[in-house]
Amino acid sequence: MSDVAIRVQNLSKQYHIGGTQAGYKTLRESLVEGIQAPFRRARKLLRGQATGAAELDETIWALKDVSFEVNEGEVVGIIGRNGAGKSTLLKVLSRITEPTRGRAEVYGRVGSLLEVGTGFHQELTGRENIYLNGAILGMKKAEIERKFDEIVAFAEIEKFIDTPVKHYSSGMYVRLAFAVAAHLEPEILLVDEVLAVGDVAFQKKCLGKMGDVAKSGRTVLLVSHNMGAIDALCETTVFLEQGKVVDIGQTPVVIQQYLSSLYDIADYSLQNRVDRGGSGRAKINYIYLATSDGLPLQQVLSGQEVMIVIGYESQIPLNHPTFKLTVYNNVGQPLTQFDSSLTNALFIQLPLRGYVGCQLGKLPLSARRYRLHASLDNGVELLDHWTGAYSFTVGPGNYYGTGRNVVGLKDVCLVDQTWQLLENAPEVHWSV
Amino acid sequence: MTIGEVRENPAPAASVVRQPTFVVEPSKGWLALNLQEVWEYRELLYFLAWRDIKVRYKQTILGAAWAIIQPFFTMVIFSLFFGRLAKIPSDGIPYPIFSYAALVPWTFFANGLTQSSNSLVASANLIKKVYFPRLVVPISSILSGAVDFVLAFIVLLVMMVYFDTLPTWNIVWLPLLLLLALVTSLGVGLWFTAMNVQFRDVRYAVPFLVQAWMFATPIAYPSSLLGEPWRTLYGINPMVGVIEGFRWALLGVNTAPGPVIIISSLVSVGLLVSGAFYFRRMEKTFADVV
Repeated sequence: MSDVAIRVQNLSKQYHIGGTQAGYKTLRESLVEGIQAPFRRARKLLRGQATGAAELDETIWALKDVSFEVNEGEVVGIIGRNGAGKSTLLKVLSRITEPTRGRAEVYGRVGSLLEVGTGFHQELTGRENIYLNGAILGMKKAEIERKFDEIVAFAEIEKFIDTPVKHYSSGMYVRLAFAVAAHLEPEILLVDEVLAVGDVAFQKKCLGKMGDVAKSGRTVLLVSHNMGAIDALCETTVFLEQGKVVDIGQTPVVIQQYLSSLYDIADYSLQNRVDRGGSGRAKINYIYLATSDGLPLQQVLSGQEVMIVIGYESQIPLNHPTFKLTVYNNVGQPLTQFDSSLTNALFIQLPLRGYVGCQLGKLPLSARRYRLHASLDNGVELLDHWTGAYSFTVGPGNYYGTGRNVVGLKDVCLVDQTWQLLENAPEVHWSV
Repeated sequence: MTIGEVRENPAPAASVVRQPTFVVEPSKGWLALNLQEVWEYRELLYFLAWRDIKVRYKQTILGAAWAIIQPFFTMVIFSLFFGRLAKIPSDGIPYPIFSYAALVPWTFFANGLTQSSNSLVASANLIKKVYFPRLVVPISSILSGAVDFVLAFIVLLVMMVYFDTLPTWNIVWLPLLLLLALVTSLGVGLWFTAMNVQFRDVRYAVPFLVQAWMFATPIAYPSSLLGEPWRTLYGINPMVGVIEGFRWALLGVNTAPGPVIIISSLVSVGLLVSGAFYFRRMEKTFADVV
């Protein structure tokens, strides 16, 4: 059971990013250079050396000495910021591009989903695209035929199966594309951020399907920015930063580390210096700011739509819980409180482990630093109280939608307002 | 999950030594062609060719008729200017059918060459996102031209009936001659498509080259204009062998092109093999550069 499925040893990938080209000195030199260059390039080309960008010195290591092992049947998450090397890692492992150094051994048939709908052709019908896309992803024709009905049903496009996909709505398009991909059954599956497609209901379905895949004993490497998905699906997680492995380990620990790294180091120490209260029978594990799709935000701006995501875990059934978040400014004054019992979100019973999101329409905070205190109670007892659970900086944003950023010198909070000249205002006599 | 040597090693002695399905590591120099793998991906080859065929004439008014119009009207123009005006000899065969019998394989070759040269760049999104043997791409782009060839060939048969020309028994060689055209266009196409990834100059050079190549091939004129040994040496252009072979097999031109075809075949196979190795050598850069 614990046979290795993927063994990665010092895998490194260098990219040439161009940029610094030696400046020509004189016209004569540049002319000579211009005439010689094609010949030199042609010579290199015939020798099979990379030319063009490779001549330029500027390079980056998209992956640097990455080593890890994945056992058969393990579902491993890969997280990190944009440009951390997550996608490059999957590309190298799926043989799309070669590593510059190092090596990886892969035991088993690999299917990779780096994009939903690769190779879909606009002019072809849904039916034709299922076959084409299936073949591109490495399915055999017989296999596609066997799963055809299942794919169509999953995508919910029965009626439009013989319509060219160019007439599909974007939702139908991604549903079909994901449906084909989801029915791929290799021994090792490499998945890059394909869960974030379609509407909320379909995303849930996708997540469920991925969960099935994960439970079916297949080895999965999953890249995602969706911490909820990573947490739900992966037992182990790799955290990459600038091409290097920062940490590998238990998913909640690694996620916490990643989220902390998104903000200042100061925040991290603040989070570690926990001032916790409450019975502890249920705990808030982490808090982060996210888009309304749940993707962590590295930066928030005044007026931006923001969701505060709270990850919790409970030892007792969570009946009628109330989450409270209090926002403090940098000098410790409470500004406002978000209280789940005061708004329409009445949680009756929550799963023992999960996430709740507090969606803010338009962040009414000016550009400054803030701290959040979080608490969780169930009406019977205070389960958790976390002072300084989280801190964040709001950047100057376009709160009023005028294109002018609110820099936030004198304002504590922001309020929507309209200004006008009142021409027919009733005359008020102030004199008594 | 273990991080290199830091974490525990999973039962070293107990596990049987297994061969990895594949190993990812930097490659150096010339690579094996790995045709076995291309064969394993034959269904993808089929689906890509099928897609090209399906899509080619979508949203056109004349549709697949274009497959016929292209060689047919070239034939009409050739007949007028070269046949009527310039009075170019045609080995004793009516000039229209003389030129059309050459234009049918030529069109197959020229379209195959053009399409295969652009094939990798046109499939950039696939190459960047999915693994498969890259050779599949240019091969499928040439195969998709087979349907056009069949349509144009049917018109050729109709013309033969009209001009009262009976094919000879040599017609059995036709598939091999067609294969020769295919191998030539694939051989040159492999060179060009691999270069095209790096240098888009190829895209501009190919139409020009195809045009020049057409005049260097006995389509509008017979190769019998040349005396020996030049006519045999002419076979260094592999399309000379194909065209002369087509006329010999279908129209019964009495100049059997034996030695010419042998030279053409050798050159053609040489192009294919060298092209395939060059392609494989450049393959590692495709996904990063395209």
